[in-house]
Amino acid sequence: MSTLSDQSVPVLQARNVTKEFATSGSALRRGHIAAVDQVSLSLYDRPPQIVSLVGESGSGKTTLSRMLLGLTPPTSGEVLYHGKNIFELNREEFRNYRINVQPVFQDPYGIYNPFYRIERVLQLVIDNFKLAKSRSQAHDMIEEALRAVDLRPNDVIGRYPHQLSGGERQRVMLARLYLLKPKIIIADEPVSMIDVAVRTLFLNILLDFRDKYNISTLFITHNLSTAHYLGGQIMVLCFGRVVESGDIDQVIQRPSHPYTQQLLAAVPSIDPDNRWTTKANLESIERPLTHEAGKCVFVSRCPYAMPICSQQRPPDFTIRENQHSACFFSEKIAVEAAAASEVR
Amino acid sequence: MNSTKANTPARPQQKVAPDSERRLLQIKDTRVWYTTVAGEAKVVDGVNVTINRNEVFGLAGESGCGKSTLVEGVLRLIKSPGYIKSGQALFTYPKDGNAGETTVNLFELGLGEIRPLRWQHIAYVPQGAMNSLNPVMRISDQITDAILEHGNSTKADATKNMLHRLEMVGLPPSVARMYPHELSGGMKQRVTIAAAVTLRPELLIADEPTTALDVNVQRVILQELLDIRKELNLTIVYVSHDMAVHAELADRLGIMYAGAMMEVGTTSQIFKDPLHPYTQGLIRSIPDISKERVRVEGIPGLAPSPLAWPTGCRFHPRCQFAKDVCRRVEPLLTETKPGRQVACHIYTDAWNEKSPGGTVQ
Repeated sequence: MSTLSDQSVPVLQARNVTKEFATSGSALRRGHIAAVDQVSLSLYDRPPQIVSLVGESGSGKTTLSRMLLGLTPPTSGEVLYHGKNIFELNREEFRNYRINVQPVFQDPYGIYNPFYRIERVLQLVIDNFKLAKSRSQAHDMIEEALRAVDLRPNDVIGRYPHQLSGGERQRVMLARLYLLKPKIIIADEPVSMIDVAVRTLFLNILLDFRDKYNISTLFITHNLSTAHYLGGQIMVLCFGRVVESGDIDQVIQRPSHPYTQQLLAAVPSIDPDNRWTTKANLESIERPLTHEAGKCVFVSRCPYAMPICSQQRPPDFTIRENQHSACFFSEKIAVEAAAASEVR
Repeated sequence: MNSTKANTPARPQQKVAPDSERRLLQIKDTRVWYTTVAGEAKVVDGVNVTINRNEVFGLAGESGCGKSTLVEGVLRLIKSPGYIKSGQALFTYPKDGNAGETTVNLFELGLGEIRPLRWQHIAYVPQGAMNSLNPVMRISDQITDAILEHGNSTKADATKNMLHRLEMVGLPPSVARMYPHELSGGMKQRVTIAAAVTLRPELLIADEPTTALDVNVQRVILQELLDIRKELNLTIVYVSHDMAVHAELADRLGIMYAGAMMEVGTTSQIFKDPLHPYTQGLIRSIPDISKERVRVEGIPGLAPSPLAWPTGCRFHPRCQFAKDVCRRVEPLLTETKPGRQVACHIYTDAWNEKSPGGTVQ
């Protein structure tokens, strides 16, 4: 257990994890495709942080989160909990990992058993981890947890899942986490199915969890605006690889990878006076990305592509403090982006 | 309104015509209810709105506010246990070519009478339309089938027409010979849009056409929609919960809440000067990537159930300004200035008289 209390080691770390899936086809043509390709990330709890993992569908976001949660073993590389491979933890350590690394999934409709009342998910946590000494204490804990996520206990206790909205159900999941007070939350697209007006309630709770209870969150999303709202760190995932990472404000203001730029340009502006004036390059967006080991993953769509991009995989370049980009020309691109951002 | 146009040079200038000539679809006091074991679910309950020619009208609101049900009602696609309780949907279209225009109440037409209107005059891209393509038919056959079924053209014309429409949404002719599984989600969605406009309808109703798509692809589709609209002189009703998409696309916006229209105005008015407290909360809760990070509180409380809308104003349980009159009297959608409507007591003379000292904003 000694390693579990060392603060300089990340609570949860992915070290060069790769996950390959076999592609379909005849036995001769069958190959492998890397859904996640040598991704490394570290999540600390002191100080608590929010890391947003942004990517389009098919970029490997969910596969990565499943590996971090120990639901899928990586093909190569390892996931470390307090510096120890999660598949080599002893019984006690594994239990500790299961308590402290908690998921919130995308679909608030699919995770509840419709036959049981809502509070059962909270009761189960209390029972499984023996959090309460008596029934009345358990009841008080459930009420407190619901209040912590801005729900009125009377509105929720005794109800069935179908009687609550998606936003409320997602917040009950957070109430569950409130009871456990994990060190890390892995939230995979938790707000994509809830309405804007209640979305911020959910996001604010994540911010409160960070500020009040030192809970870190890995927030997985396709929505850059939501990631920006949470702040902290960002990692941009493109076709299984991290193409840009760093402080979210820096990345959004001065994106240095062409993929990040393309993604940012496609975020609709909420100012009707600031509509798109230029056209997106349709052909480049639709060109399929090819995943080859010795190439940049974005080369087929990249407007800046040079021969070197097809000859070797770009390493991580440090653009400035706390901003990294896997692009040979990132510095040049960042300068151009800064100039172009005035025009949009 | 003028400021919007000045900043969006790509938009065609609308000719100023008398109101009656600009009207394409007028929805009056429309109610679409569902019979359930627990009583009548008043999903759409008294909507008034007018869609003008050549505009992109954005229909916005949270899930469950009735925006999809409203357009399904207009298209007469409501199936039992749902029914159109009351109301009118007056649609003006050129019957038999250019020999003048006819106005019909879509709610009074028999199903046999409304069928010829679909595709020819009113096209519809439903939610998740891209998943409704037939997986065992080539794209070309699916589109030409529809053309032959609803229009009166020859097979050769239909094929030519189909290829032209595919080109319009930026798809190469080779797509015509493909099957749906060979296309990406965005391409499939563009196929459905191309199919919807093959017969040059006057009105295109698109329900969340980009919701399941990535931002890059979404951007492309929105652009295609604007291009098509320009080329075909189309009117688009764009249904979406995503306010940012409306900000990019819509000329005017209607904000729905709890089965009713809360506010109507130009996109610029709605975003810059929202009147209804619900709209204000909605606009506030959209994170803006281009601005400093500020914590916003959203709209607390629950969306009400269509089985029992709150009395008086349907938003009053969640409204920070609510007072007695809001609990008792339902505010009507009233015009505050031409083209700008809001259903809120705050903007009526009665507001300050009934309880002195009550101030807003």
